Amino acid sequence: MIKEYKTIRQVANPLMVVDQVEGVTYNELGEIRLTNGEVRRCKVLEVEGNRAVVQLFESAQGINLAESKVRFLGRPQELGVSGDMLGRVFNGMGEPIDGGPAILAEAYMDINGLPMNPAARAYPDEFIQTGVSAIDGLNTLVRGQKLPIFSGSGLPHAALAAQIARQARVLQDDEKFAVVFAAIGITFEESEYFIEDFRRTGAIDRTVVFSNLANDPAVERIATPRMALTAAEYLAFEMDMQVLVILTDITNYAEALREVSAAKKEVPGRRGYPGYLYTDLATMYERAGRRQGKRGSITMIPILTMPEDDKTHPIPDLTGYITEGQIILSRDLHRKGIVPPIDVLPSLSRLKDKGIGEGKTREDHSGTMNQLFAGYSRGKDAKELMTILGEAALSDDDKLFAKFAEEFEKVYVGQGNTNNRSIEETLTIGWDLLSILPKRELKRIKMEHIEKYLPEK
Amino acid sequence: MSGTITKVSGPLVLAEGLADANVSDVVRVGRERLIGEILNMTGDTASIQVYEETTGLGPGAEVFSTGMPMSVELGPGMLENIYDGIQRPLPEMRAISGDCITRGTDVAALSREKKWAFTPVAKPGDQLSGGDVIGTVQETSAILHKIMVPPRLKGEIISVIGEGEYTVDEVVCTLRDDSGKEHQLTMSQRWPVRIARPYSKKFVPRRPMNSGQRIIDTLFPISKGGTAAVPGPFGSGKTVVQHQLAKWSDVDIVVYIGCGERGNEMTDVLNEFPELKDPRNGEPLMKRTVLIANTSDMPVAAREASIYTGITIAEYFRDMGYDVAVLADSTSRWAEALREMSGRLEEMPGEEGYPAYLASRLAQFYERAGVVECLGSDDRRGSVTAIGAVSPPGGDISEPVSQATMRIVKVFWALDSSLAYARHFPAINWLTSYSLYLDSLGPWYTEQFGERYMKNRERAMHILQEESELQEIVRLVGQDSLSPADRLTMETAKMIREDFLMQNAFMDEDAYSSYNKQFKLLGLVISYDELCREALSRGADMNALFAITAREKIARAKIIADDLVNEEFEKIEKEMKQQIDEAVSGGELI
Repeated sequence: MIKEYKTIRQVANPLMVVDQVEGVTYNELGEIRLTNGEVRRCKVLEVEGNRAVVQLFESAQGINLAESKVRFLGRPQELGVSGDMLGRVFNGMGEPIDGGPAILAEAYMDINGLPMNPAARAYPDEFIQTGVSAIDGLNTLVRGQKLPIFSGSGLPHAALAAQIARQARVLQDDEKFAVVFAAIGITFEESEYFIEDFRRTGAIDRTVVFSNLANDPAVERIATPRMALTAAEYLAFEMDMQVLVILTDITNYAEALREVSAAKKEVPGRRGYPGYLYTDLATMYERAGRRQGKRGSITMIPILTMPEDDKTHPIPDLTGYITEGQIILSRDLHRKGIVPPIDVLPSLSRLKDKGIGEGKTREDHSGTMNQLFAGYSRGKDAKELMTILGEAALSDDDKLFAKFAEEFEKVYVGQGNTNNRSIEETLTIGWDLLSILPKRELKRIKMEHIEKYLPEK
Repeated sequence: MSGTITKVSGPLVLAEGLADANVSDVVRVGRERLIGEILNMTGDTASIQVYEETTGLGPGAEVFSTGMPMSVELGPGMLENIYDGIQRPLPEMRAISGDCITRGTDVAALSREKKWAFTPVAKPGDQLSGGDVIGTVQETSAILHKIMVPPRLKGEIISVIGEGEYTVDEVVCTLRDDSGKEHQLTMSQRWPVRIARPYSKKFVPRRPMNSGQRIIDTLFPISKGGTAAVPGPFGSGKTVVQHQLAKWSDVDIVVYIGCGERGNEMTDVLNEFPELKDPRNGEPLMKRTVLIANTSDMPVAAREASIYTGITIAEYFRDMGYDVAVLADSTSRWAEALREMSGRLEEMPGEEGYPAYLASRLAQFYERAGVVECLGSDDRRGSVTAIGAVSPPGGDISEPVSQATMRIVKVFWALDSSLAYARHFPAINWLTSYSLYLDSLGPWYTEQFGERYMKNRERAMHILQEESELQEIVRLVGQDSLSPADRLTMETAKMIREDFLMQNAFMDEDAYSSYNKQFKLLGLVISYDELCREALSRGADMNALFAITAREKIARAKIIADDLVNEEFEKIEKEMKQQIDEAVSGGELI
């Protein structure tokens, strides 16, 4: 029997205090019934004696201290999952909003998930070809990786994420593939851009959308990515699908978290974000991965906008410490008209080394990758020097490096949004570019590969 | 002793009715018997940090104290194993609860079924005290596990079991102490994690730990029993440096603590270490490794405990007379766990919300490292080397955890994001890093490899220092303004950086570099510098000197196999000399 309480003592959005409760437990889900019959949800944040502090998931508007009733459901927040979720659109709380019927759940899963046992993980090492050279060649994505896109306001991260979702495939493979897309506090237009792209390419039938738009309640955003990941876990580990999860925008998520933390009057950490932001983000990001003995996988691409393009801001900073690399977009390249404007030097894929090479991509991949990075880095330095001192101040070698850097940006990175390059094409373009440099400078590549692949001038 | 919960707030639980419990006792909380530890007592109310997720706990639920402090179980079976932060074996947990970690799983740290081949050493009638060896177990092919009398116990041996196979629960020895009380000893013992295991005497460390990493061994060495920190922003390769040290350090045992880091990194170690061979004895590296994994998605309170669990296990192996390395990745996550609990306890925060006792806790951890004479009568020596990664927010080391760490550790390998962007790995900055062990290790290096070793090192550091000054000038007025001697300094510095310091952890030939190879390789570069300097003074053309083809060979010399080093390097040196001579005579012709 579930008791109903009419003892709300305090409402300070997004928190509420309920008195004289019995048997309420931490993290339990609750329901608030308003006088007009509307039902809103909340969860228990703290319980002391017979007093419970709960967090509202929706707006506090209309809650009446004397009349509104609260009941606690005795379970944490759950999502009813089923294979029928594919092709459907849900709101941030997991309710269908596409006009279709309710989902007949195959199972109910706690949206907070459980930590994956490190001894049960399978190491991600299967190359995913995204068709984007700057990713495939230099910051390779592998199946089960979490690789965020660090963007800035006004940069085309949506176009890049959509391109990856559209083109990503595993070489010689016919696995079942699904996309789970979570819109977290983004605008209708941006959300529609993705959905339209999924629709246009027919991917919509194998996509699950969770949508919390900018005008939806901010506190709901804390649940939205967890809903999406719960659905993804079901598809990946119960239905053996290869799932790509796109979460956009993590910055909005962190801000919602900050809002709740401030309301709880917690000691703030950097920039007012709670001290547990790292742990909180980790409990989402770490849900990506593969498990031993399971065919499915969750590959995650969270997108975040760096406030003031500052990589040391707590949100990108903590994300970078958890995720397995990052793809950073550059405002300079964007201004130059390079599409996609991926800044390859600070970008990184930590899992690339085990996903490339002979048998996965090609034997020369690792060497050329390091050489391209080193060459571009030196070329950029040379170009910087050139702007200060003029071209005459450069040594002959440095002039070649400067030219290499220029071409590299234009040809290798700036491939456009519709160009889908195979890994062989990417490697060939790399070798063409390296042939600009003097052969003796190609120290990072094995001699035998230089002889085999370097084009004759 | 049992009490009742009055408050639940995340991992912090308050319970009343626990007047008899001690501070730091382990308690079991609620119906699921979650594991917790008492942090504070006020009257009969205890503040408890719970090591597992507290969802579903509420006031009224029962708490009972085990009456014991947080301890680890020490004995055969720890090597090759992977534990969570409170020493529960993860493979066994997987067998019980599946791919995810569920709550209240109760698993013994050491297998109760597995039988170990025990060989007695002590005999009835022997007078033994704490640390004396009762018998031995060949735990893995690489490590002989010594079964010791627990510290603080001494007396006469009454009986010792014969050679044979026993489980860790079987009594292998009975000992009567001075008061006449008989103690039945098994192959395992318990020790509270927050208390350092005792030893007889501590020494100043004077032997280097060979890591096979050129920048570490040659420029910034660490000694066995020393302490080091690896700070760096994300993506600068902290974890790769830690993995490299875990793989190639010439210690007997490695305890690797993944504290609040990625799950896949632990999986990587689990996959890779059994395949890799120790360069010294050819045994798989896993045979000497203990893993502690409390990944970032696992409960935060257990993260705080994981560091202590790890170092206590390390001290236990040290007590057998082994050299042990503890690698903690990352101490910043540990400090954050401390901060989170402190916040929930509503303690007055110090800097950036960290508790005021952050620095003293860190110091206590690092101080458990050292070279010691172990307990026991055979004067054996063991060491614990502690190396902690630090993850400063935004890569800015002015934050409290980095600063508190720097005050304690003796070696500082500062990772640099600009080096990482240029894919110069390991991205240890040679200008900001330091090792305070150089003075105490210098004599060892000189004894092993002659005066030349430290001289080369000094010369290399000098050239790198000069390069950074010259670069300032080049940035302002261009390269042409430099004298030929300065240009040579720039070229040599580039060779030191690219041909010597840079080391590819993912290339088999380069991942580990023996002392001999390191010494010879730096020798080649330094002698190129010296010969060219001399040639310049004899009027050789600078560009001709820079263009000699032997330099390309030096650039590729680091991948020469160890057994060919002497021969091949000699050839390169000869070729280099000849080409420089030619450049000199060419210069004279003009």
